[in-house]
Amino acid sequence: MFPTILFFIFAAVLIGAALGVILSRNPVYSALLLVLCFFNASVIWVLLDAEFLGIVLVLVYVGAVMVLFLFVVMMLDLNLERLRREFAGYWPLTVAVAGFAVFAMINVIVVKHLGGAGLQTAPALAANYSNTRTLGVELFTRYAYPSQVAALILLVASVAAIVLTLRQRKGGKPQDIAQQVAVRAKDRVRIVKMASEKKL
Amino acid sequence: MISLTHVLALSGVLFAIAVAGVFLNRKNIIVLLMCIELMLLAVNFNFVAFSRFRGDISGQIFVFFILTVAAAEAAIGLAILVVLFRERSSIDVEDLDTLQG
Repeated sequence: MFPTILFFIFAAVLIGAALGVILSRNPVYSALLLVLCFFNASVIWVLLDAEFLGIVLVLVYVGAVMVLFLFVVMMLDLNLERLRREFAGYWPLTVAVAGFAVFAMINVIVVKHLGGAGLQTAPALAANYSNTRTLGVELFTRYAYPSQVAALILLVASVAAIVLTLRQRKGGKPQDIAQQVAVRAKDRVRIVKMASEKKL
Repeated sequence: MISLTHVLALSGVLFAIAVAGVFLNRKNIIVLLMCIELMLLAVNFNFVAFSRFRGDISGQIFVFFILTVAAAEAAIGLAILVVLFRERSSIDVEDLDTLQG
């Protein structure tokens, strides 16, 4: 019973924070509320016995992705008044689309499939079950090749992000390493022979 | 006990909120990207729930890959956003009409 109460509390905060993300006028508040969303989602995943993914969600999303978002939000010099002013006008369409989406999904989940009646009870876990160990064994045996593809995706993404935002300054004085290595002494030092002066 | 219906309903509501956010925040690409993150989170909820209730760990492996791709997407998306802001001094979707001919 206690996990269910926890689930409802954290689900309520999650929904509230998600609404805050989309309704907040200030992108900084949106980003911070999204951090709250990820924390709550992580707690719910732990309640679903997915401890490793819960921790990864906090580490990767809150620790890396959301910090990146906050950096970008604060780096851009946004005109908040203009963002605030032009907000209304989409309300009816928005409510209609979101309402239809919720209706359709609840219809499919609850009415058509009785809430997944055959799956309602979670299988009991073994006493020495370790989520991290199970995930690790699967990831490095059956999914070894996909995980390397994932690593490649991350590499491509980081290279792409750098290439996109790299800016060459005009009038910069960059080093040319090849030219520096190829230099010889006679390019630098000129020895001038000249007669010594007569003693007075 | 938490049932599958609870988690699926939560995920559905979360996804609908994210869709609503895409409609509402047409002036701000940053919030659009955040809404995409919310949608991916809702989808991950489904994967975790079904993985738990079917007793099959593959769903959680898949969440792992989705997290990877989402991180890559956020990095590239924000990089494009920064370049865009440098060019246009605006992150309004309506200003991005160069390709319309």
